[in-house]
Amino acid sequence: MTREAYHKALQELEDELLNMGEMAINAIKGSVESLKKRDIEASKEIIKNDLLINKKRFEIEERCLLLIATQQPMAVDLRTIAAILSIITDIERIADHAEGIAKINVMIGKEQLVKPLIDVPKMADKGLLMLDRCLKAFITRDADTARAICDEDNEVDSLYDHIYRELLFLMIENPKIIEGATYLIWVAHNLERIADRVTNIAERVVFMVTGRMEEINVSKY
Amino acid sequence: MDISFKIEKVNAFYNNTVALKDVSFDIPEKSVTAVIGPSGCGKSTFIRCLNRMNDLILVFRLEGRIIYNGMDIYSEDGDVIAIRRQIGMVFQKPNPFPKSIYENTAYGVRIQGVNKKETLDDVVEASLKKAALWDEVKDRLHDSAFSLSGGQQQRLCIARALAVEPKVILFDEPCSALDPIAAAKIEDLITELKKDYTVVIVTHNMQQAARVSEYTGFFMLGELIEFDNTQKIFTAPSNKMTEDYITGRFG
Repeated sequence: MTREAYHKALQELEDELLNMGEMAINAIKGSVESLKKRDIEASKEIIKNDLLINKKRFEIEERCLLLIATQQPMAVDLRTIAAILSIITDIERIADHAEGIAKINVMIGKEQLVKPLIDVPKMADKGLLMLDRCLKAFITRDADTARAICDEDNEVDSLYDHIYRELLFLMIENPKIIEGATYLIWVAHNLERIADRVTNIAERVVFMVTGRMEEINVSKY
Repeated sequence: MDISFKIEKVNAFYNNTVALKDVSFDIPEKSVTAVIGPSGCGKSTFIRCLNRMNDLILVFRLEGRIIYNGMDIYSEDGDVIAIRRQIGMVFQKPNPFPKSIYENTAYGVRIQGVNKKETLDDVVEASLKKAALWDEVKDRLHDSAFSLSGGQQQRLCIARALAVEPKVILFDEPCSALDPIAAAKIEDLITELKKDYTVVIVTHNMQQAARVSEYTGFFMLGELIEFDNTQKIFTAPSNKMTEDYITGRFG
């Protein structure tokens, strides 16, 4: 007996996961862009929209539970649903980090940034690229790409080190900017955590494809 | 892990039709082994080979060896009656004899020549207890077996099989004619029985196989496609055909 309605529901679940991933990607892009442009209103919009991402996570979770309860998924289907349940938690947290960056922009308010943003956008771009490729690896069941993405977290960690050291020196030179510099360290920290979350997702992709749990790259932080 | 059955290159035929092709694997002792596969895959033929039930089909023929407890059960000097006493079987539909609950349970022991009432009483009580039926029937042991519900009748058949003290019990889709509650009771019972018996179960219900068994063999067109730990089969099978079958992509 082939189970068409069930497999359609599984496919829809994957589509919804991609939608949620897209929402998180837009939130990260928007949060860093708004910080760069000092656009407080855009940041407030991102904070507001985070609720939609949280809601989407619960919707997907409910659909997963319904499929488990009604269809008794097995083998790759079971692993896919288990992976989705884990991945949506990570995506939701990634979106929270984007919201965190938006909140920092609101907190900085009308003050000027203590330095031009150079490495922060680089970190954001790297994290976004990792997330985008990781979601594609999920869809294409590509464990090799997922493993490679985990290794790329080291580049994000290096950028974070660099930003941290640079801001530390600026604070030592000029203690008046401690508050402003701390805000930017928080921003970088949020971006560092986003990349860590992407490696969690990548590990789930590897599990989904191979059936084996592997801790692939333990972040420095 | 001790081995109960060693299946060695078994081929089975009905006339010239091949029902099993080159099947080889070991069935571990005191554990539950499930056999799954689509209709016509040979799973029922296979389980019936284990106690020579297929001998009753005139056109049936078997090649290869099935070693049980170090003995080839298909060898010339194999005693079919003794084999079936050690390797009991429970079928899809409950098939009690048109006798009382007591006589059904005592039947196997009685035909072995035991007639002493105390002995029979003990056997009946012990067997019905092992089959988790005693509490429900102890006050009406002399009622007809047909007065029982379907699930109770099936447990009576299990009690009847247990009474002759077998080492192995073969279940051929034991729950397919039962309601979910009765089926759950049989499943609990199977889980209990594996402490003392080797259990082999053929089932169409994959969730049931996943719940009750430690090992699972997947058959397809008479071939054993994959045999492994049940957890492995149902979470990450090695073979694409197994995966496609248990996820409902064919069958």
